[in-house]
Amino acid sequence: MSQSDFILETKELTKVFGGLVANSAVSIGFKEREAHAIIGPNGAGKSTFVNLLTGHLPPSGGQILFKGANIAGLAAHKVTRLGIGRSYQKTNIFPSFSCFENCRLAAQSRLASSMKFFRSASSYKAVSEQAEHALEAAGLTGRSGRVAGTMSYGEQRQLEIAMVLATAPQVLVLDEPLAGMGKEESEHMVGLLRDLARRYTLILVEHDMDAVFAIAQTLSVMVNGTLLESGPLDQIRSSKAVQDAYLGDGAEAY
Amino acid sequence: MDVWFFLIQLLNGVQYGLLLFLVASGLTLIFGIMGIINLAHGAFYMLGAYLAWWLAGLTGSLVAAVVLSLPLAALVGYVIEALLVRTLYKRDHLDQVLLTYGLILIFNEAQRILWGNDVHGIAMPTAVNWSVRLTETLSYPVYRVILSGICAALAVVMYVVIAKTRFGMWVRAGASNRDMVAALGINVKLLFGVVFAVGAALAGLAGAISTPISSVAPGMGDTVLILCFVVVVIGGVGSVKGAFLGAMLIGLADTFGKVFVPDFASFTVYGVMAAVLLWKPRGLFA
Amino acid sequence: MTLHLPKRLAIVLVVLLAALALFPLWGKLVFAAKFAFLMQKLTGIMILAILAMSLDLLVGVAGLVSLGHAAFFGLGGYVLAMMSPQYEAANLWVVLPAALAVCALASLVVGYLSIRTSGIYFIMVTLAFGQMGYYFFNDSKAAGGSDGAYIYVKPTVEAFGITVLDLEQKLTFFYVALGVLVGVYALLRMLLASPFGRVLGAIGVNEYRVQGLGFNPMVYKLVAFTIAGTLAGLGGFLAATQYGFVSPAMLGWHQSGHVLVMVILGGMGTLFGPVLGAFILELAHFAFESMTDHWLLPMGAMVIAIVLLLPKGVAGLLLQWSKGKGAGE
Repeated sequence: MSQSDFILETKELTKVFGGLVANSAVSIGFKEREAHAIIGPNGAGKSTFVNLLTGHLPPSGGQILFKGANIAGLAAHKVTRLGIGRSYQKTNIFPSFSCFENCRLAAQSRLASSMKFFRSASSYKAVSEQAEHALEAAGLTGRSGRVAGTMSYGEQRQLEIAMVLATAPQVLVLDEPLAGMGKEESEHMVGLLRDLARRYTLILVEHDMDAVFAIAQTLSVMVNGTLLESGPLDQIRSSKAVQDAYLGDGAEAY
Repeated sequence: MDVWFFLIQLLNGVQYGLLLFLVASGLTLIFGIMGIINLAHGAFYMLGAYLAWWLAGLTGSLVAAVVLSLPLAALVGYVIEALLVRTLYKRDHLDQVLLTYGLILIFNEAQRILWGNDVHGIAMPTAVNWSVRLTETLSYPVYRVILSGICAALAVVMYVVIAKTRFGMWVRAGASNRDMVAALGINVKLLFGVVFAVGAALAGLAGAISTPISSVAPGMGDTVLILCFVVVVIGGVGSVKGAFLGAMLIGLADTFGKVFVPDFASFTVYGVMAAVLLWKPRGLFA
Repeated sequence: MTLHLPKRLAIVLVVLLAALALFPLWGKLVFAAKFAFLMQKLTGIMILAILAMSLDLLVGVAGLVSLGHAAFFGLGGYVLAMMSPQYEAANLWVVLPAALAVCALASLVVGYLSIRTSGIYFIMVTLAFGQMGYYFFNDSKAAGGSDGAYIYVKPTVEAFGITVLDLEQKLTFFYVALGVLVGVYALLRMLLASPFGRVLGAIGVNEYRVQGLGFNPMVYKLVAFTIAGTLAGLGGFLAATQYGFVSPAMLGWHQSGHVLVMVILGGMGTLFGPVLGAFILELAHFAFESMTDHWLLPMGAMVIAIVLLLPKGVAGLLLQWSKGKGAGE
């Protein structure tokens, strides 16, 4: 596999908190338009890895290559502008704004600059259209007028996805999109993510194995801050090392 | 610069710092444990001073006045917590700022109604009205030594209570994680009431024992309040250790500022604070 | 952050504004002897309302609680005092831009240093900078020290050698203050609806998420701080012109706290709320003062009652009323 296959790639990515090594020399490559899930037990360093990828934490060492350019250490707002959008494990929206305004704001972030003081934000047609499309893609058509904080939990999780889509990303980093969802809501979300996987590069951190197997083509397994194995779904499923370390007895923890 | 002169300023700075610590420790605990920004904390300092002045007039004894004013300040604190502050725990910080601002207005007016607009002073009790001679021309008043001694002793008591007792354990738990206190099955209402009352009593005591060396005047609470906020923020909100260090820093900065740069004396305190916060945006111990 | 006013509320506000604008007509009949005094009082309140609105941009919209905002108010006034010749009039077209420029620069610098902190630390850092400003003028002999400084002649407003407005006229100045009040309100409304204002409002709700969307919150906060500081300076310039006097107290924390109370009491993030807050607080002050020597007592009680009974301020009550029963958030 040549390097140019990867749209996003980490090399020896390391994060140390005080004396604690949260990520130790993690090297993973993400191919374009591939759904790539990162799994591992709690405390394996998945959240840290996501936060490093999206600039929410500065790495202690290593590289993050996006289309060949090193973006390690770039601030979060700059990373997302490059086209790496993310959703959050805990619902992270603007609860007092309308559903539409949440998305509109996300879409507005793609203007060259938002330091515009005189025209009403609503009059930027392209921004509003982009927001509408994102709502539609996330299955929230007809919900645009609702105050985000008053929607159901499942809908808020959908809004979370819609906001990422509205930023017109190339890579979607989704941090536990199914967290806290009921069975029906989960099924709905899995359908949505499968749909998105056809059009975007998806990086998915998720505990729900059924969902992971239904969505992802590639799996990376993290244990104790290191990458245990990375490869196609079937290879990981049948990997002895992975079964011992994680899928076997580790899975009983859930 | 004379060494003795420098020493005297140093003692003054430390004494002022200790006094500030007495007020600021309550402020920082009330914020750390109860999550309340109490603008009215300076009012307890004023209350202590006025009570001491008033009771000294009635009893003729400063010691009796100080001893009596202590439980009175604690009582006022407890009642205010139970009647008003209790309704604010779930509210925004800004609501707390606003309500306690309203309390300042009421306290200031109550003081004017009860004790008038005049500036008062308490005569230094003759037993302590003498000075330690240091050189031909310089001496140090013994009352300031006693004052520092009382404050330092209380700081030690506070340290022991917080570090060694069960009550102190609750206080520490509350200051580091407020939700944990409730989870531990501690009587939160009682804890909050006691902390608020103790904070009020400490501030009141500081006001009471400072009466012989500074005047008892309207608005005295506001000045102390702002300085104590500076102290608390420098130290890191919720940290008693930080409040102690911050109080020393501000006491010394204020005293030496007045000596070395009299034209910018009032500047020094705020300059120190701005510098500390630009270096450590969340204070020294946070 | 309130972007659209319900119709019933808009009507009420327009009626109140009309009543204020026509006060020179009906006030003379109703208050007779006290009319001149009330004209001055209302002009002063309108100027404070401008200051309160500018603070609302920080507190109510961006979630930046400044306890040193009055420093820029005082600074605007002091620039006028310092630039006015002793017994002659200054030219408004020179002194006003100068005052605004100085305030913009000062708020840019203070803002740059302050926005690194957040929460209660931001409150205290702004307090510290405010007090530094207070002591700067209090201790400086050139600016009159603690006695303050006088502006004996108000600035002239001329165009092509003809006096356009005579600020010495109380009635003219009343309408100037009213015009600036309405103008600043319109300006801030426009800002809130703009892409900049939307981002700023979002920062007030969830700053972390705003950054995740691709905005740098620091830049937006700094611009907001500078705009608010400049508008506060405009208010201070008007106040200095009105009273012909500036003093360090204009910059002090009491003034900052007083304005903050107007903003919270009136209703944060609504712009019209802080204006109402300014009128309610100042008129209540005036009314209580004329009733009793101990006016602070009812004043304090009123503030406490509003906190306990109206968590969203007077504006919150009005918004709820105008949306009708049952319409919640």
